[in-house]
Amino acid sequence: MDIFLQQLINGLVLGSVYALVALGYTMVYGILELINFAHGEITMMGAMVALAAIGALALAAPGLPGVLVLGAGLVVAIPVCVALGLLIERVAYRPLRHAPRLAPLITAIGVSIILQNVAMLIWGKQYIPFPAVLPQGRHALFGANITDVQIAILLLTMGIMLLLILMVQKTRLGRAMRATAQSRQVASLMGVDVNRVIAATFVIGSALAAVAGVMVSAYYGLAHYYMGFLLGLKAFSAAVLGGIGNLGGAMLGGLLLGLIESFGAGYIGDLTGGFLGSHYQDVFAFFVLIAVLVFRPCGLLGTRVVERA
Amino acid sequence: MAGHTLRWAMVAAVLVAGCGDKPQQNGDSRVVLIGQVSPLTGPQAHLGKDNENGARLALDEINAAGFTLGGKRVVLELKSEDDAADPKTATTVAQKLVDEGVVGVVGHLNSGATIPASKIYSDNGIPQISPSATAVAYTSSGFRTAYRVMTNDAQQGSVLGHYVVARLGAKKIAIIDDRTAYGQGLADEMEKAAKAAGGEVVAREYTSDRATDFMAILTSIKGKAPDLVFFGGMDPQAAPMIKQMKQLGMQAKFLGGDGAQTPKFIELAGADAEGALASNPGLPLDAMPGGSAFKARFEAKYGKIQNYSPYAYDAMRVLIEAMKRADSSDPAAYLAELPKTDYQGVTGHIRFDAKGDITGGAVTLYQVKDGKWQTLETVQSAK
Repeated sequence: MDIFLQQLINGLVLGSVYALVALGYTMVYGILELINFAHGEITMMGAMVALAAIGALALAAPGLPGVLVLGAGLVVAIPVCVALGLLIERVAYRPLRHAPRLAPLITAIGVSIILQNVAMLIWGKQYIPFPAVLPQGRHALFGANITDVQIAILLLTMGIMLLLILMVQKTRLGRAMRATAQSRQVASLMGVDVNRVIAATFVIGSALAAVAGVMVSAYYGLAHYYMGFLLGLKAFSAAVLGGIGNLGGAMLGGLLLGLIESFGAGYIGDLTGGFLGSHYQDVFAFFVLIAVLVFRPCGLLGTRVVERA
Repeated sequence: MAGHTLRWAMVAAVLVAGCGDKPQQNGDSRVVLIGQVSPLTGPQAHLGKDNENGARLALDEINAAGFTLGGKRVVLELKSEDDAADPKTATTVAQKLVDEGVVGVVGHLNSGATIPASKIYSDNGIPQISPSATAVAYTSSGFRTAYRVMTNDAQQGSVLGHYVVARLGAKKIAIIDDRTAYGQGLADEMEKAAKAAGGEVVAREYTSDRATDFMAILTSIKGKAPDLVFFGGMDPQAAPMIKQMKQLGMQAKFLGGDGAQTPKFIELAGADAEGALASNPGLPLDAMPGGSAFKARFEAKYGKIQNYSPYAYDAMRVLIEAMKRADSSDPAAYLAELPKTDYQGVTGHIRFDAKGDITGGAVTLYQVKDGKWQTLETVQSAK
């Protein structure tokens, strides 16, 4: 039972990180029908910039409380990632908005490779340790363990997701986003500044990516120029699993993927008597993804036409 | 027309220059070329340069003492090449060295680069001694020209498996590997030896060399209450792994191979690294039979020793000793002498088995204490 509970916690923490990154994919797809493959790299940039800021702060003002230091890292990382997201949209996607859909997909992959290489040039190929700025406390919970960092990740992602849903459902910008998602042309005829709405989508998505990147680095204690690739791929899969273009779907897909991976890796070996080991964890996760898509091609919560984003 | 003439002139110049690189008669002494390959650019450049310096030191000492073959004075010359730790570049520079007429090669540094290059040396009958490639595959391809002076992964894994049961008293052992040739090879040998020594392997889990999240497999392992967790893989995975073991409140000891026995591991794992165990093939420098003398000679010329230079030095010495015994620098002639090597080197006593692996190599165990790797003890490999 304690093992089960521990795997549940592991899966939820991993899943909420996936969900946060998946939101960025799903929002852009919902509005532009574009898979922004550079999103994973923006996550990585968030972690790297925060790391640089934290390093500079540690030199300038040593002895600050950890939460404040991490907060400062976020305060620097978010604007940088937002600017980066806007720049990518302006340079790589907007000129191709009326081009065939494959063209922006290719520029997205190009941007992602460029960002990886820029990060490699600036910060090197080495794994960089992320200082343990957060409290390292550990709490027992019915035989399982949950750390302060894990609690922080769970609370933060829940809070952000709640705010995002409120924003999309209740604000003017949210309404404009929903309208643009349904039909760009009709929305612009109704007086919605479509370019502004798309830019806002990139702003929000990139800010979420920055938060996710910093959280991932703080949780695992390291950052690396390549870290965005795998995270982006998993988050993208989570978005597809939940139904790409659907906010609730990205959250559900993320959490589900995290749980599947965690329980898959944890139990697959024992359940098959060692025939399939934990190296089948990704196979298992993607098998579930394929199975879901066979029966629900639009993902768990995806619908064919109705509202997206 | 002028362009045409120029082109012929250039071809002629290249041909002449090419001849200059061949072993040449120079009065009554002749030049013999020996190759050295290691990454001289990129993230491992410091290690590559270290190997180059080790090999060069051996050559310089031999030249200074005066070297004769067949009654004629021979000047040994080092041809050092950069493989950038890249398998493709490794084969290119290997071919280049062969074309330039080297009679033997010390290198390469990485297993990944050494293995593809070894085929080229074998095809051309050029003896090769790697100072630091430890992958089993290097000597198991059946190439007569492939030798190494460092304990291989299988020997290291086998020492570790025996050590954890016999010396650390671990009865229940969990094993994780990263599915790379290195990690898996090490873990498999470790598992075999641990079982042979009477240990019980309670869990065998897998991850990848890109992963950072091990919570799920560690939780599953925790449920089986092992005394020790062994990881076959590199430091970017080993560091978050030991952190997550602490997060889960696991009491089991952590043991890694040479991929984890790095300063980077301590840098990445921070305070959680404390108490971690890891091994490295060979002896620590100050415990090597010729360690302190080598250190003095090396550092007077090149500065601080990085890692493998004593092995590069020994590899070069072993190569030239074989030439001496054969009284020839002809690769075919002195290759037959290499299996008979029985040489007391800086790093230890060097003898080869039928495959070209070193016999009775040493493995040293280290533990993190006060944020530093401290030597625990050295174990001799039974194989």
